[in-house]
Amino acid sequence: MKETVQNLEETYKHILKMFLHQKSEHGLYEAQQFSKVLLEHQVSPEELISVHREVLEELFPTIAEEVLDSLDLLLEVMMGYGMAYREHQSLRDRQLELESEIEVAANMQQTLLPKEIPSIGSLDIGVISVPAAKMSGDYYHYIKDDNQSVGVAIADIIGKGVPAALCMSMIKYAMDSLPEQRLQPAALLENLNRVVEQNIDDNMFITMMYGSYDSRTHEFHYSGAGHEPGFFYFAKHDQFEELFAKGIALGVSRDAKFREYSRKIETGDLIVFLSDGVTESRIGDRFIDREEIIGLIRNYMHLSAQEVVESVYYELAKLQDFQLKDDFTLMIIRREV
Amino acid sequence: MKTQSCVEVKNEWGIVAARQAGRSLSKEIGFGSVDQARITTAISELSRNIYLYAKRGEICLEVVEKPSKIGVKKGLRIIAQDQGPGIPDIRQVMVDGFTTSGGMGAGLPGVKRLMDEFTIDSEAGEGTVIKATKWLR
Repeated sequence: MKETVQNLEETYKHILKMFLHQKSEHGLYEAQQFSKVLLEHQVSPEELISVHREVLEELFPTIAEEVLDSLDLLLEVMMGYGMAYREHQSLRDRQLELESEIEVAANMQQTLLPKEIPSIGSLDIGVISVPAAKMSGDYYHYIKDDNQSVGVAIADIIGKGVPAALCMSMIKYAMDSLPEQRLQPAALLENLNRVVEQNIDDNMFITMMYGSYDSRTHEFHYSGAGHEPGFFYFAKHDQFEELFAKGIALGVSRDAKFREYSRKIETGDLIVFLSDGVTESRIGDRFIDREEIIGLIRNYMHLSAQEVVESVYYELAKLQDFQLKDDFTLMIIRREV
Repeated sequence: MKTQSCVEVKNEWGIVAARQAGRSLSKEIGFGSVDQARITTAISELSRNIYLYAKRGEICLEVVEKPSKIGVKKGLRIIAQDQGPGIPDIRQVMVDGFTTSGGMGAGLPGVKRLMDEFTIDSEAGEGTVIKATKWLR
C-alpha cells in the first residue's frame, strides 16, 4: 500500500511537471484519468493535497511560504470532503453486503415456487412470474391430485419486497399442509384465511384466486379473495369474459366466507389468472386497460400456453422500457382436447 | 513514558485550544501533515460533541507506545470525557447517516474512521468517555 502511494506520488509529479511545461489539453486529460486511479486506490482529497504540496516544494524550492501555507488551509477544508468520501465508501460496502443478502433470499424465494408445471393430459398450462425488484410479492402454486384434478392458485401479497416475500413462505406451507379439500376452492380459501389472519400483521393482507380443474368433467370450480379478476376465453363464441370471484382478501376478517363459482370448459377455451402487476402496467402516465391485455393475448393465442404468457410479458415489459412497477404474474390454462 | 495533558472544553475557545494541543503533539510525535489534520479533525469533532451535548467536559491527550516488529511503535491517544446526558443508544450513533448535527461523514463513525482504534463508553445520565488512538506508521 505504502509502495503504491509512493508510485502515485511519482505519477502525479510527472503529470504536473508535464502540464506546467506544455499547458496542453492532453495534460489535463491525463490528470482526469489520474483522478480515476486515485479513486481506485481510495486516496482521499486531503491526501492528494498533501501530495500536491510536497511536489510543489520539490519542483520549486524557492516557492513563496504563503503559497504552501495556503495549501495547509486547503487541506483542512478538504477534511470534510475526506470524511464524506470515507462514509460513502463504507455505505457502499454495506450496500453490497445487503444486496448479496437479498440475492440469497431471492434465490431461496424462487424455491418456494413450483419447479415444474403439472402434466395433465388434456391441459396446456403456461406461467410467467417476474418480480419488479429482487423479491416478489406474487405467488402461484399447483396442486395435482389422484383424481386427475389440478388446483391452481395465484396470490398477491399486498406490499412489496422483503416483508411480502417472508409472507409468501407462510402461504406455501399453509397450502402444503391443507387436508384433502383440494376440490373445494371456497373451503380452501377459508382455511387459508384463518392461517393468514392469525399470523400476519394487521396492515398486511393477501389477495388470492384459487381454482380446481376437474379433467374428467372439464368443470372449473373457483373462488377468489379480493384478487384481480382474470379472463375466460370461450372458443365457441370467440369471446373473452371476465373471470371474477367475489370475496374479501385473506387476513382481513377472521370468519370470511367465500363463494364458489363453476364454469364448463370446452376444447380450445382458456382460463387466464393474473396479478395486478399485469393490469397495472403503465404506459407513460396511464395504466393499460384490460381490453388491451385481451388484445395481446389474442395476438399470441395460436401459440402454446407458455409461449403466450412469455410473449404477453415481453410486450408489456417493452412498453414500460423493461422497468416493472409491480410484480408480474400471468398464468394461462388451455383445454386442448 | 506516559504524559497526559488535558484541555477543558466548555465553549468554542476550548475546542480551538484542544485542536491546537492535538496538532502540536501529533507533530512532535512525528505524524505527517495528513495524519496531523486527521487527528486534529477527530479532536475537533469530539470536542464539539462535548460542547453541544454535554455543555462541558475535557479532552486529554497522551503519547502511547506499543511493541511492534520494528521496535516500539508510538501513537497518540485522545480521551474525550464528559458528565453530560450520555448516549442512550450507542449502536444507533455508531451507524453511518445518523447524525444530529448534520453533515455527511461526520459524527462518531467519521471519527472512528479517522483514527486507528476507537472505544466508547456511555451511560444515560452519567456521561460519555471516548478513547481514540492513532499509531505512527
